[in-house]
Amino acid sequence: MDIATALFYLVAIITVGSAAVVAFSRNIIYSAFSLMGTFAGVAGIYVFLGADFVAAVQLLIYVGGILVLILFAVMLTHRITDVEITNRAAGRIPALLAIGIFIFLLVQTIRETSWAKAKEILYAPTTARIGDLFLENYLLPFELASLVLLAALIGAVVLSRKELRE
Amino acid sequence: MADPYLAVAILFFFAGIVVLALLLIAEKVGPKKPSPVKGEPFESGNSPKGDARIRFPVKFYLIAMLFLIFDIEVVFLYPWAILFRRLGILGLVEMGIFLLILVIGFIYAWRKGALEWE
Repeated sequence: MDIATALFYLVAIITVGSAAVVAFSRNIIYSAFSLMGTFAGVAGIYVFLGADFVAAVQLLIYVGGILVLILFAVMLTHRITDVEITNRAAGRIPALLAIGIFIFLLVQTIRETSWAKAKEILYAPTTARIGDLFLENYLLPFELASLVLLAALIGAVVLSRKELRE
Repeated sequence: MADPYLAVAILFFFAGIVVLALLLIAEKVGPKKPSPVKGEPFESGNSPKGDARIRFPVKFYLIAMLFLIFDIEVVFLYPWAILFRRLGILGLVEMGIFLLILVIGFIYAWRKGALEWE
């Protein structure tokens, strides 16, 4: 096993391990903090795929932003630690059924993918190419993205101001 | 040994070694004189008052949302900044429109008092 493979397994174990803590922890704060390992591990996997821009975005937005938002959401909720129903299994048979279908689909996808191996793995920076596509071929979606952000901003202001007035 | 990941592996290895070594040295060498004051949760030197699990004001959530939106804006700036010299004026105009739309939102949030703490 070469070093790259060993590192990949390390990152994969961190990702899956923290995801397991997120799912199984009885304390929602532990779940929220454990999500950091999952997000960071996914960023590591993006690095392995040679997607440097996506990895940077993952770190910047998910680890730096979404996680803080989730922690705030947990801490903002009144007496969330007193509610002991988080993660209680609600109906094992439907859950098993759903998991079974999901695993079946996953295995089917794995079996039907041809797994063609790239002749030579190129770790070229992707950011410039993404910028090219954004600012030339896909300019309209790019500008629309700022409209989506504007809508989110106005929504956040409207919703939280309403709560303040109560 | 021309593995391109060798450097990363060495970094991981030494990062782990340094953390473990510091923890072990502090455990073995450091004097331990526990007292009730030292056992208190740290709150900037003051004695802690009340429970740590208070309900945070919703204002924090608004600030976090605003942060996230401008965080995403920065992500869009990043590929543009790399191509800035090549795209020239056209790129500047394209990004100008993008930023203008967000500045409208920023002014809206400001005028609505979303940035006020009270």
